[in-house]
Amino acid sequence: MTRKVLCVIDTAYRCTLEEQDEPAIWITHAMRGAGADLAVLLRGNAVSYAVKGQDARGLAFGARTQTQPPQLDADVEKLAGKGVEVYVVEDDVAERGLERSDLIAGIKPVSRAGVGRLYGAHDQIWHW
Amino acid sequence: MEKKKFTLVLMDAPFENARTVSGLRLVDAALRKGHDVTVFAYEGAAALTFARQTPHANAVHGRDAAQEDHPLPREWVAALFAAARAGGQTLDWINCGLCVDERGVGEFIEGARRGSPADLWKAAEASDNTLVLGAK
Repeated sequence: MTRKVLCVIDTAYRCTLEEQDEPAIWITHAMRGAGADLAVLLRGNAVSYAVKGQDARGLAFGARTQTQPPQLDADVEKLAGKGVEVYVVEDDVAERGLERSDLIAGIKPVSRAGVGRLYGAHDQIWHW
Repeated sequence: MEKKKFTLVLMDAPFENARTVSGLRLVDAALRKGHDVTVFAYEGAAALTFARQTPHANAVHGRDAAQEDHPLPREWVAALFAAARAGGQTLDWINCGLCVDERGVGEFIEGARRGSPADLWKAAEASDNTLVLGAK
């Protein structure tokens, strides 16, 4: 039987410029494509991944400019579009001065107090 | 004790974080207890089995290369492969292929292989449990 795994991400902007994506989000996409049953919880600084309208364009070293900067909000939104439930800790969102309206569509808020219940609803927790 | 299967995901580059040492110690402990282990080396961890890691002297320590006996992650992993063989356990070491290409570390020590996220999921499904040690 396929197990359901909750991927917890709290480290933000980890090698996102070099990879042009976020590696935990990327591998979730890739494993979803291989048939994995996954959900994602964004908490801590990683709640920023769900903020819409991010723009990482402009990086340049000398004449070498980055032409395909990361689009983290779009990557997270696409995950939701693939049937991956994406949760965000609403307390962490509020502590960073963000509003629900700042977040992309399809994100499911969960309270900090509700994280334990969310963990309990999954077979395994992978803390990236 | 019933034989179990355990999958470990490593993400840190060699020589940079104690998480890697802790992860390898977990692999060692699992093998010693007779369990099978799969390691998926993601991002910087794809260099852990790079065959061209080279020891060096250390002038601050006042030792030449032989005296310094610099530990290399590739040697630690090779020792884990040897321990697995000796004990009759399976150690499957999968390096994320794209991560390998990015870093130019495609020369692996014997036993390590190239794979993809689909291999990680396959290993996780076949394992009793999976532990992710993400870079922070």
